[in-house]
Amino acid sequence: MARVVVDVMLKPEILDPQGKAVQGAFGRLGFEGVASVRQGKRFEIELDGEATPEAVAEIERAAATLLANPVIEDFTVHVEAGV
Amino acid sequence: MRIGVVTFPGSLDDRDAARAVRVAGGEAVALWHGDADLHGVDAVVLPGGFSYGDYLRCGAIARFAPVMEPLIDAARGGLPVLGICNGFQVLCESHLLPGALIRNDHRKFVCRDQPLRVESTTTAWTSGYAAAQEIVIPLKNGEGGYVADQRTLDELEGEGRVVVRYLGDNPNGSYRDIAGITNARGNVVGLMPHPEHAVESLTGPSTDGLGFFTSVLEGLVRA
Repeated sequence: MARVVVDVMLKPEILDPQGKAVQGAFGRLGFEGVASVRQGKRFEIELDGEATPEAVAEIERAAATLLANPVIEDFTVHVEAGV
Repeated sequence: MRIGVVTFPGSLDDRDAARAVRVAGGEAVALWHGDADLHGVDAVVLPGGFSYGDYLRCGAIARFAPVMEPLIDAARGGLPVLGICNGFQVLCESHLLPGALIRNDHRKFVCRDQPLRVESTTTAWTSGYAAAQEIVIPLKNGEGGYVADQRTLDELEGEGRVVVRYLGDNPNGSYRDIAGITNARGNVVGLMPHPEHAVESLTGPSTDGLGFFTSVLEGLVRA
């Protein structure tokens, strides 16, 4: 078993109203020194077998097809160690 | 003329869309998301709502529903397709239309009667309107901010593919006040406001939305 993690973030040029709302709450709660907050998504994907290059490539394909919308989002894929 | 209306899990406005088709003089045909068959309809409406609970991204999961496979092929072949609100999001996720819809910039759900200007009357769904006609139809969305890169926006403007534009205050942060767009061929149209809620004076703010449905029916009769 292996775990592959896909992180999806809005592209930097796309406005993130959710991040802005969180940033506003930071200020109200007195958490200081925060310049900006952007919110993304994290997918933890358990594989049946090992994280072979083929298996990771398959997850990358799934990320580009379904998990992220490449028009507005960027994604990264990494294999989590020690699972 | 038979116009299909797709129901996804979480669709809300399929009944109103079917009713609008009938009020306009067409026959509404219910299409089911799990059925990969368009049943020979002459056009399709993807209605508003919250397909699959807006999970992942609005329209992202509906885009892979079985019915979408023949629909995407047919749309590429010229079948008139109208995506309203969530349907617009599905069309963008399907890459039948460029760009994407993101959360409203002011972070609130907006529900109001929205003035619009019809910018293109050469699409299958807006041919019955007068050039630059101003209409008022309901708008109701939480994620209606239309975004695309500058090149795409310039292309849409340059090719006359902005179909409707918001008048007055921009309700959701859409770039260049864009409320709806079309593909290069003019058969696929997506918009955030709801023409199907403005087809009868009893329940709508106007009957200005009826033109979307009569336009496509007249076009089909001519074809």
